[in-house]
Amino acid sequence: MSSRDWPLWEVFVRGRRGLSHVHAGSLHAPDATMALRNARDLYTRRQEGVSIWVVPAAAITASSPDEKDPFFDPAADKAYRHPTFYHVPDGVRHL
Amino acid sequence: MGPRIDPVGEPEGREHEFHAVIDADGRIEPRDWMPEAYRKTLVRQIAQHAHSEIIGMQPEGNWITRAPSLKRKAILMAKVQDEAGHGLYLYSAAETLGVGRDELLDLLHSGRQKYSSIFNYPTLTWADMGAIGWLVDGAAITNQVPLCRCSYGPYARAMVRICKEESFHQRQGFEILLTLARGTAEQKAMAQDALDRWWYPSLAMFGPPDAESPNSERSMRWGIKRFSNDELRQKFVDMTVPQAEVLGLTVPDPDLRWDEERGHYDFTSPDWEEFWRVIGGDGPCNEQRMAHRVGAHAEGAWVREAATAYAAKHAGRQVGAA
Repeated sequence: MSSRDWPLWEVFVRGRRGLSHVHAGSLHAPDATMALRNARDLYTRRQEGVSIWVVPAAAITASSPDEKDPFFDPAADKAYRHPTFYHVPDGVRHL
Repeated sequence: MGPRIDPVGEPEGREHEFHAVIDADGRIEPRDWMPEAYRKTLVRQIAQHAHSEIIGMQPEGNWITRAPSLKRKAILMAKVQDEAGHGLYLYSAAETLGVGRDELLDLLHSGRQKYSSIFNYPTLTWADMGAIGWLVDGAAITNQVPLCRCSYGPYARAMVRICKEESFHQRQGFEILLTLARGTAEQKAMAQDALDRWWYPSLAMFGPPDAESPNSERSMRWGIKRFSNDELRQKFVDMTVPQAEVLGLTVPDPDLRWDEERGHYDFTSPDWEEFWRVIGGDGPCNEQRMAHRVGAHAEGAWVREAATAYAAKHAGRQVGAA
């Protein structure tokens, strides 16, 4: 590995306790330790986070080449999974 | 995971889908199909933007050691560090379009890609730190806020981060000038001199007039650009002139006046011949900026090599321990 092909890392930041980690961006680094340090300098200069994950971009398996495709179709015709699908008579409370 | 370009000509459906997303003011994401010209335009624009952030560290870096107080020094260092960060966000966004980081740096270092011509002007006095923050970053913000709604997702997201951070830059610049303008006569003259020198180069940051900006229309149609160069320039002037009044400084334009009918300021255009000359390489600092950038990259090579060697050694140990 030369410095010309440092791997790409995806950076996830937990904004504060109680929130999940959210994708913040990406960076190049030779190893995980440097990726973490660089991520701190790059994405949390203003206290944007209390915890950082770095993940090699190559380790991510994505659902499909397109952001929308038949992979998600099975969920499209199942409106009965949402509470608004059901009729509730007037006067029924706490349901 | 770069963009997918169909080399044998796109099936009509894909192009149709692309335009449907654009027309609905949706966002294109890296793995969506996109026309090659859209991708190329974005790579060029985002790369030029990233290079500008990186080169833009130099005019201000020039004053870090001579900042007038520890507070100002700390602020200036934070600002220059932000510029580096902005460059890195933008390089990452460009990479999602299938271009490599090293390729982009090579294009900058060999002069095949440009950076904003404003950074080819010298920073002669401390007041220039104020003028850059107030005017140059002010112009950048005017340009960049609409880019937060750019049709290309990664670019738009990078711009949201950048715009949040730029507002501190503009305020600290204004504060530097306000302090000077309320200081001694000599300090006020220094502030005025900085405004005199940075006003027209700042107006030129919005690019050539609409009539001479042939690619603008297509970028507008693609949702990359939201306002024309002239519209943004007008917006900047309307916003900035009242701020100059608060500073008690005079905008160096004898023809500047409020046009009641238009509801805008009339103002003198920058010297476009000078603009093209500076972009073409003949500005006061072009050579110095490039030599410094290439030198810094070369001098940092041993650090990159050491980090690479350390990573390789460490990876070997981990395998051995397993």
